[in-house]
Amino acid sequence: MDILNILLSESFWAASLRIATPLIFGVLGALLCERAGVLNLGIEGIFVVGAMCGWLAVWLGAGLWGGVLVAALAGAFFGLLHAILTVPLGLSQHVSGLGITLFATSVSYFSYRTALPNVSSPPRIEPFQPLDFPVLADLPFFGTVLFQQTALTWLALFMVVAVWYVMNRTALGIAIQAVGDNPDSVEAQGLSVFALRIGAVTAGSSLMALGGAFLTMSAFDAFFFGMVNGRGWVCIALVIFASWRPGKALLGALLFGAFDALQVRLQTQMGAAVPGQVFLMAPYILSIVALVIAARSADYPRALLTPWFKGQR
Amino acid sequence: MSNIVLSLNGLSKKFGSVVANADVSLTLERGEVLALLGENGAGKTTLMNMLFGHYLPDSGTIDVADANGQLCPLQLGHPLAALSAGIGMVHQHFTLAENINALDNITLGAEPLLAVRRSTRLARSKIDRIIEKSGLKAPLSTPVGRLSVGERQRVEILKALYRDANILVLDEPTAVLTPQEADTLFENIKAMTKDGISVIFISHKLHEVLAFSDRIAVLRHGVKVGEMATSQADEKAIARMMVGAESPKVERTKIATGDPVLQLKNISVAGRSKRDSLEFVSLEVHAHEILGIAGISGNGQGALAQVVSGLMTLSEGTIQVGGKEITKPAPQAMISAGVGRIPEDRHREGIIGAMTVAENMVIERLEDSDIQSRGLLRPDAIEAYARILEHSYDVRGPGVTAAARLLSGGNIQKLILARVFERAPKVILASQPTRGLDMGAAAEVGRRLLEARERGAGVLLISEDLDEILGLADRIMIIRDGQLVETKSHDREAIGLMMAGEAA
Amino acid sequence: MFEFGIPVLSAFVSLALAAIPLLLAGANPIAAYGQMIKGVFGSVFAISEMLTRATPLIFTGLAAALAFRAKLWNIGAEGQLYLGAMAAVAVGVGAFDVAGFILIPLIIVFGAAAGAAGMAAPTFLKARFGADEVVTTLLLNFIILIFVQMMLEGPLQDPMGLGWPQSAPVLDQGMLPRLMDRMRVHSGLIIALIAALVAQFMLARSVWGFQLRAVGENAVAARHAGIKVKRSLYSVAIISGGLAGLAGVSEVAGLKGYLTADLSPGFGYTGIVVAMLAGLSPIGVVVAAIFIASVFVGADSMSRAMGVSSFLADLVVSMSLLCVLIGGFIAKYRIIRADKGNTTS
Repeated sequence: MDILNILLSESFWAASLRIATPLIFGVLGALLCERAGVLNLGIEGIFVVGAMCGWLAVWLGAGLWGGVLVAALAGAFFGLLHAILTVPLGLSQHVSGLGITLFATSVSYFSYRTALPNVSSPPRIEPFQPLDFPVLADLPFFGTVLFQQTALTWLALFMVVAVWYVMNRTALGIAIQAVGDNPDSVEAQGLSVFALRIGAVTAGSSLMALGGAFLTMSAFDAFFFGMVNGRGWVCIALVIFASWRPGKALLGALLFGAFDALQVRLQTQMGAAVPGQVFLMAPYILSIVALVIAARSADYPRALLTPWFKGQR
Repeated sequence: MSNIVLSLNGLSKKFGSVVANADVSLTLERGEVLALLGENGAGKTTLMNMLFGHYLPDSGTIDVADANGQLCPLQLGHPLAALSAGIGMVHQHFTLAENINALDNITLGAEPLLAVRRSTRLARSKIDRIIEKSGLKAPLSTPVGRLSVGERQRVEILKALYRDANILVLDEPTAVLTPQEADTLFENIKAMTKDGISVIFISHKLHEVLAFSDRIAVLRHGVKVGEMATSQADEKAIARMMVGAESPKVERTKIATGDPVLQLKNISVAGRSKRDSLEFVSLEVHAHEILGIAGISGNGQGALAQVVSGLMTLSEGTIQVGGKEITKPAPQAMISAGVGRIPEDRHREGIIGAMTVAENMVIERLEDSDIQSRGLLRPDAIEAYARILEHSYDVRGPGVTAAARLLSGGNIQKLILARVFERAPKVILASQPTRGLDMGAAAEVGRRLLEARERGAGVLLISEDLDEILGLADRIMIIRDGQLVETKSHDREAIGLMMAGEAA
Repeated sequence: MFEFGIPVLSAFVSLALAAIPLLLAGANPIAAYGQMIKGVFGSVFAISEMLTRATPLIFTGLAAALAFRAKLWNIGAEGQLYLGAMAAVAVGVGAFDVAGFILIPLIIVFGAAAGAAGMAAPTFLKARFGADEVVTTLLLNFIILIFVQMMLEGPLQDPMGLGWPQSAPVLDQGMLPRLMDRMRVHSGLIIALIAALVAQFMLARSVWGFQLRAVGENAVAARHAGIKVKRSLYSVAIISGGLAGLAGVSEVAGLKGYLTADLSPGFGYTGIVVAMLAGLSPIGVVVAAIFIASVFVGADSMSRAMGVSSFLADLVVSMSLLCVLIGGFIAKYRIIRADKGNTTS
């Protein structure tokens, strides 16, 4: 059976992890924002900003990690903007998020066109290369799947652990969980609701931007218009599927990556019989299905979407 | 070294033109339980919110004893200052995050946020010590969302004690508790005071104040009208102090009751928790009759109101209005069967704040031909109708074309009364109809209910205010744990015992 | 009641802010603004182009405005537009070779129905399973676009099209009549204006509009008062989706004549900005759509003349959304302060 062969192949799982990487960053970022009680629909635009800024910085000679840093800072900037609009000003999180997406996308596109007015094919950079683990890379199966990935994939996996640790094992993470459930509980203990929420949204947004940066600095080596292609929205669906837990977020992103990798391989095998678009559609449909399955039992952070103001009990 | 730990000196607070507190002075001694007694709206909560820094007083000062027992002025309007001066407050609405456990709720904000490692061992042993001394038992490692109300309240108190509070303010602590839980709470309080902690508890329940306090201060209309040691207190005198010289006696005529207009038979509903479930509830309300449902908060009143409003699906039983069964209970079905509903939460369920007063007045009449014809509204007719109602129900505000949220609480209730009573409903459901209203507005509600009774309506009055029920109801039933029991007695003591679940 | 002050101010502030990117791009802002104004209002042709651009934006703006009034977050107008366009070509390229006065209504009805179905589905998922309609409508946009590509390489492909992924042309008698000779502005604009007027009237004066507003402002109280909340939501979902579908019909049967996968440069998303700028008022949508269309057409013209990227238009549009949000906050803050003065009795 062909599918079985695919599922057992090392290259398939290596590709799944590669495809999952930007989603891991994105879901973790969305998780941080929503755990604090703020929906961040700016994610799609923040992906674009991360992709553009990271790439542009490298192209201008900043070095790969310099590019990563620039992407994270750009994401943080737009996250901060969203946070200011939705937390102290208490504006609609839906509309503000969509506004951030439109704004961040158009800023990126405009800057790209202004920086490179006359290019027909996008200029390339030297992207992240797979890390060279001397012995481990030769291991059967895991050697290919895990130990021939780029540093950004490892950073994503590290972030899963880091976000889990912060959320569950530090006072800061517990305060973020509390502020997303009942802001009064935080206020009554003398902590600042605004500071916690703004901080979480800003940090989460910089993670989202890293997801974008992966696209231009690891998956590809250039920036194209429309390259994010709904990955941000997929993350918003996946975070519900993951019930706001980092471990499940990794699982969700990997499942999505595996599915996407599978559709590419099936497409090449069955290309003649079925139109290729059926496979292209499948991951988005899968996201909706995952959302429908998870929605009823989803344990939404209770204060999600609800602005909080001092002295209103 | 003086024994006084807290002194409020001449505190006053106005909201707009409403006087919430006028020149209130109080002292609290070490290890003492002071009861702050007064009716709803007497200014008890405002006073305590000034103490805790939530409100800034217009005038007056507060002194708190420092570690050496010296009274020092407290910085006003700063919750953190109150917190660090050792004042802890337990609000009626708990401020707990339900997705984290009790231990985390207690230590929240008391440990450095940015530490990479957190040690809960020390915190846990400190909390264990406090629990041992005070008896405030609560599971520390379970998410708070899974704890009972009593346990949550104990976690709230633990939060304050963990921050080394030696002055504890409890706002209506027994309102949400079962009698057993309330007894446990007072035992805990006693244990705490032995440890040198002073407690102020706010209440409007005379019997618990008499049983559990050392000293009583009575507030009325924002003014302290009396203060005495509990041992020398005279129940009747205090009651008179609370309600004023003459308690507002309602005029009511004797009328023979008519046929049943509302019948619930063996109704069961399963709510999200036991607090909003009903078990085999039956009742009958007749024409020319007010049936009062008394009970402690959270015993199924909400579910009963929702059933009669048509908002809940029945798992068992039938509803009849005017002898006809309502086969598919829904708000629209109840309205057209002739049930008028005064909802418990008037801001959330009663009005649509962004729409106009006039629109809110006709919202239940959208099918009627004087409001619309062929799907189109008749704005002139609506406005004219609204003006008549505004006049006859004395709804005061910026006019019928202004947004309803601009009205004050009392006028919002008048708007709802107008909407409900103008249709001359056969049955009226009044759910906590005077909660949060001032005396005048509350009296107006009572008068309207009696008027409807006279006209021939049957009224189902659900209230946690026993005095209101005793004043208005022809018959009284008691709701407890989602079940109804009828009582022939009109004696407040006997009814109070039944509400608490003891045989009368 | 709707205040025009804030949206107008936001529009101007966002245009003024555009001076910053213009300067960064090395252009003289004053000259650029001049070029933009000339590009929009400099000739009858320019005005016709602007109105042509405004037409789909009125439809998608109305789609967003009505849905948002009921707090139904339809972010899927982009997909619904393509569904409408697909239905239009499915009906219009020869399946029914009938007279224009039958074919045009047929195209309109099928297009609107397809768009309506595109919003009814996520509303069902929300009502039945609690699946957030923001996410489902967003994802549906991508699914539908891929579906369009599939159709254009399959059943809907023009057999005479030399293998290009585009549909056959709509029959001549199925095309919406042009409004002026040699100008592209077409009678889709008239339909859009009528739709705005009807929506305005229904929202303010009909029982349906009353219920819609009630559900949007306070669904709990609306249900308590006997309004059927789900029915209200479905009805607005169908109308909102239908309007977005009409945007597709009007682009295909009014302007392009055939369907390609790049029919819409994001009209669905821009419609959200239009609706917000309009304060969710249908008549306001017309004004806001004309403003946004002017920005796009003006920026295009400016871009050709001065070599500044036409993404400047997207920048202005997104900034105007953020400005109107902040402006709304300032207005709300003023109302809250006024309330405090009023309610203390």
